[in-house]
Amino acid sequence: MSEEKKFIRFMSARKVAAAFSLAAVLASILLIAVKGLNFGLDFTGGTLIEVIYEESVPLQEVRNTLETNGFESAIVVNFGSDTDVLVRLPQGLSPTLGEQVLSALRADSPYDVELRRIEFVGPQVGEELREQGGLAVLLALIVVLIYVAMRFQMKFAFGAVLALAHDVVITLGVFSLVGWDFDLTVLAAVLAVIGYSLNDSIVVADRIRENLRGMRGYSPVDIVNISLTDTLGRTLVTSGTTLMVLVALALVGGEMIHSFALALLVGVGVGTYSSVFIVASLLVAMKISPEDLVVPEKEGAELDELP
Amino acid sequence: MLNKYPLWKNLLIVAVLGIGLLYASPNLYRPDPAVQISGESSGTQISAREIDKITAALTAADIDHFGAEADTTGKSGLVRLRHADDQLHAQKLIQRALGDGYVVALNMASNTPDWLSGLGAGAMKLGLDLSGGVHFLLEVDTDAAIATRLEHYSTGIKKKLREERIRGFVRLGEQGIIRGKFSSEENRDKALSVIRKEYTELTAQRVSAPEGEEAFYLEALLSETKRKEIEDYAVGQNLTTLRNRVNELGVSEPLVQRQGRNRIVVELPGIQDTAEAKRILGKTANLEFRLEARYDAEPSDREQFNFRNPGRGEPNAWLEREVVITGERVANAQASFDENGMPQVSITLDSEGGALMHRVTRHNINRRLGVLFIERKSRTRYETNAAGEEQVVRVPYDEKKIISLATIRDALGVQFRITGLDAPGEATELALLLRAGALAAPIDFVEERTVGPSLGAENISKGLLSVQIGLAAVALFMLVYYRVFGIIAVVALAFNIVLLVGAMSLLGATLTLPGIAGIVLTVGMAVDANVLIFSRIREEIAEGASPQHAINAGYGRAFVTIMDANITTLLVAVILYAVGTGPVRGFAVTLSLGIVTSMFTAIMGTRAIVNLIYGRRRVSKLAI
Repeated sequence: MSEEKKFIRFMSARKVAAAFSLAAVLASILLIAVKGLNFGLDFTGGTLIEVIYEESVPLQEVRNTLETNGFESAIVVNFGSDTDVLVRLPQGLSPTLGEQVLSALRADSPYDVELRRIEFVGPQVGEELREQGGLAVLLALIVVLIYVAMRFQMKFAFGAVLALAHDVVITLGVFSLVGWDFDLTVLAAVLAVIGYSLNDSIVVADRIRENLRGMRGYSPVDIVNISLTDTLGRTLVTSGTTLMVLVALALVGGEMIHSFALALLVGVGVGTYSSVFIVASLLVAMKISPEDLVVPEKEGAELDELP
Repeated sequence: MLNKYPLWKNLLIVAVLGIGLLYASPNLYRPDPAVQISGESSGTQISAREIDKITAALTAADIDHFGAEADTTGKSGLVRLRHADDQLHAQKLIQRALGDGYVVALNMASNTPDWLSGLGAGAMKLGLDLSGGVHFLLEVDTDAAIATRLEHYSTGIKKKLREERIRGFVRLGEQGIIRGKFSSEENRDKALSVIRKEYTELTAQRVSAPEGEEAFYLEALLSETKRKEIEDYAVGQNLTTLRNRVNELGVSEPLVQRQGRNRIVVELPGIQDTAEAKRILGKTANLEFRLEARYDAEPSDREQFNFRNPGRGEPNAWLEREVVITGERVANAQASFDENGMPQVSITLDSEGGALMHRVTRHNINRRLGVLFIERKSRTRYETNAAGEEQVVRVPYDEKKIISLATIRDALGVQFRITGLDAPGEATELALLLRAGALAAPIDFVEERTVGPSLGAENISKGLLSVQIGLAAVALFMLVYYRVFGIIAVVALAFNIVLLVGAMSLLGATLTLPGIAGIVLTVGMAVDANVLIFSRIREEIAEGASPQHAINAGYGRAFVTIMDANITTLLVAVILYAVGTGPVRGFAVTLSLGIVTSMFTAIMGTRAIVNLIYGRRRVSKLAI
């Protein structure tokens, strides 16, 4: 390694990236706080009925039918196609509601009404699922923090976990902004995003660690730049293949998996960005140096250096 | 240097792939749509006669069918159909041809060759979102069960203290605490020792009287372990009852499983009529305790019943019309052994039941007491209405059968036992029936998901399509970007899917729609390991290393990174599995299995191929 190594100076854009990320995270938190997430049935509880009419029917007719049968609070929308109708009713009603709605629709329609699905989630179950979901995300972050701190070092762990939190918050922010349904599968997707983005961050962190140990004569910032350049090809290829399959899933996977695919698409996109800019920028901001890796016992004192 | 794998490593890879292929292969044999029949009671045999009736009915209706046969035990029979659309129609026809007394269920008959099934191989189970069916989540009201039990203790203590002539005032207070108030310290302490001796499951202690009151108090409450025991018991009892009822529904592969502290999951693949399913799951079987009628009883005072299991001697018996107690009064029934080591069933009633039982039995010692098991069933009739359409009419009726007829030896109370049973198996079954008939703790439906068959089929085809498109896109990209090494990675990817499917089939994991999404995601992410390795090899070559050295160093240096990255993802997948339910778990399973199999194929699998192609010769240039 005698000749001068060519590399992209990613870190010169780190202030811009930091400002952008900070703005995106704050905007997401604001959106989630003010507009909230469009929680699906899994989390709110209630009843959902999906049916297919033989011929397309005006939604207003369906609404009228439901109103005359005493289901005033029903929300009626098309789902996927104009013959596919989704009826959603709030919680607080009996579990047999689904069948009642179905028979009301059947009695009043000149066409054949085929049942696609009925879902009923009791209020206590919805609440539990919300709590469990939040708990799962927190638990995942903590486990990651511990594992990375053990395998790498505390600074890497902070970087990785902050990057993950960044990805999760922005993904949720996008869901809130667009108003996509947030159901159990989306929660699973968010956890998968944690897994994926972590994978990315680890690969980058691993290269930074290796170069910090092995390369002499470069500043820590340049070592980070070199490491990012080294892994850039891999980062782009892996994100590319993953995004390719996710696009396939979003386009042909069907309505029931659509939100899931969207969540992953957003998450993987943000995750790729964060593994380049967030993890690395945070390491630079925490003044990572070869000494951090030589004497891992000093970890406690380094906490003070957080910006 | 040369890159060569030792023979054992190559053999290991071939062996793993072989086993993977073997266990994945049953998924290629598409099952036939079928209709399965079995007797409503375990005694009914399915013979050639029933099979003939079925085939005759199907032939008459012009339904393509084949392979009708009774299984070797004679417990059930099966007929396969050519077209899935005929299934419902065939079920109705068969039910009609056989009449009542048979359970006719839709089924998918496996086509896995016998030698494969013999090895324990079978196709993946499909989740409800793919197969269609109903999922219920029921909650057992364990608080009600505990309240009933406490009520029973409280009345019991009152009675005991009265018998012991200890004057005091006992009542069941809030939060399940039984409070006693006594005028003297001596009485309080006596009561305390009685409670401690007689009711070991309660923790009783002295408590000081409120300010300015001249009285002596004690408190008794259920210990935490006892509470848990009662909860477990209530849930277990409901599980048993639900299992029996689900069997009645005639579903081919039902799932009845406890979930968490007080919930029960019921999954019924293929069921469409949720109303009927709920009716059967929610109904209450019941018991009636009645004295055997005297020989000289008026005909209007007696009734004749058959035995449920007519074993020895009499097929039926005459019981009085008057009911002593019903199943609601039964708190518990357990099979055990008496002092002589003979099987027996111990029955616990609640206090009211005990009092009633005592009043009736003390004057009827040496008569026999019968226990009737009551099940609500329905008969099917076919009627033609005014418009000339045929209609199915279900007429519900109660079927009452004697499950026990035993001689009363002594006045019975809250606790008594039925002895004189022949085998421990008989005692277990009787206890089970008594519990199933007793009113279990109330259950509520807290979650329900019904997926229609068309949606299930659509989910499968869309899921498969996205796997194919995703795989094709990734394969194309890899070939263009990494050339020969790309081909190797794609071969490894294909084997990865085979191994994943094989592992899921072998472990009996259930494939759900998010599970398919997990496979798609695995396809995208599995190439990551190869991308890491290949980038390293390219770097090594760029730095001037020889091809053989570059391959070795590339695999070696990428290994640590791959391990770290995959282990952390695996940790997240495990968390997902632990907190998730249903379909989300399906996703976690495919994701974690996919990580494990992809590490094997992407690291060891590709290395073996690379070694075979480049390892044994001098190479001047790598196509990477």
